[in-house]
Amino acid sequence: MPTIVVDVMPKAELLDPQGKALAGALARTGHTAFAGVRIGKRFELAVDGPITDELRAEVTQLAADVFSNSVIEDVVAIHFPTDEN
Amino acid sequence: MRIGVITFPGSLDDRDAQRAVRFAGAEPVALWHGSHDLEGVDALVLPGGFSYGDYLRCGAIAALSPIMTEVIDAANKGMPVLGICNGFQMLTEAHLLDGGLIRNDHGHFVRRDQVIRVEQTNTAWTGDYEVGQEITIPLKNAEGGFIASDDTLDRLEGEGRVVFRYVDVNPNGSLRDIAGISNARGNVVGLMPHPEHAIEPGFGPDTAVAMRSGVDGLAFFTSVIHSALVAQA
Repeated sequence: MPTIVVDVMPKAELLDPQGKALAGALARTGHTAFAGVRIGKRFELAVDGPITDELRAEVTQLAADVFSNSVIEDVVAIHFPTDEN
Repeated sequence: MRIGVITFPGSLDDRDAQRAVRFAGAEPVALWHGSHDLEGVDALVLPGGFSYGDYLRCGAIAALSPIMTEVIDAANKGMPVLGICNGFQMLTEAHLLDGGLIRNDHGHFVRRDQVIRVEQTNTAWTGDYEVGQEITIPLKNAEGGFIASDDTLDRLEGEGRVVFRYVDVNPNGSLRDIAGISNARGNVVGLMPHPEHAIEPGFGPDTAVAMRSGVDGLAFFTSVIHSALVAQA
């Protein structure tokens, strides 16, 4: 089934406490190569039918209005499947 | 006066809010998120809790509930609406209030009796306080960090819509120590601390006088009753 993927990240200028906590744990366990960690969200929308322009517009709107909150997050990517595979 | 308290899946403090309404002298009306009926209430409380387990974002799925259509409509017509904690998060997600709430900067859940300063008394929910009055009510959250863009923060300050500020301790990294805000009209107010947990002697925060005797939150609920009386007069 074709899947549309939406990636959402906390705004770059905001403190990301989850990422900060993981960065601390990585440093404590000897993984010192990383200057920072940020944690975001990935939405996978399984589509039952063709991916039309109308659906693309709907997903783009949902990504902005529902999957993310523009006060605190950015939609960094929307991946539409290229073929029916 | 009849004040509706909406229960969402995962609401925790709906019964406490109903009790606070009753203590203040109004009639609490239990409302259900799945309904489209506000049952003719005069004001609304969106209570604290963890609606939908904080999935997606705190308050985000609750903000899409059936009853929120009517809540948004009523709020835009001037009905007093108070959002406490998770209710505050819902009001931001529903775009009735500006800004957003993110995970506490220190990464931990926090529960403390919190001093906040009442900065504005011209809202539907704060008329019985004095400007500058410091009150102590419980705070308990993991995602209570209030954030907004600098422009939005400046506008909130300039328009007198920062209603409460944290005093002594900023418990969650909220920008400019903001604990609660209002909409432009002053009928919609949201805050992270819990006034409904400080309304009854024996169950509130400790005070210098006696353990658990703090009732500083009760005036939220008497304020809205008085503001309704003023509106009718």
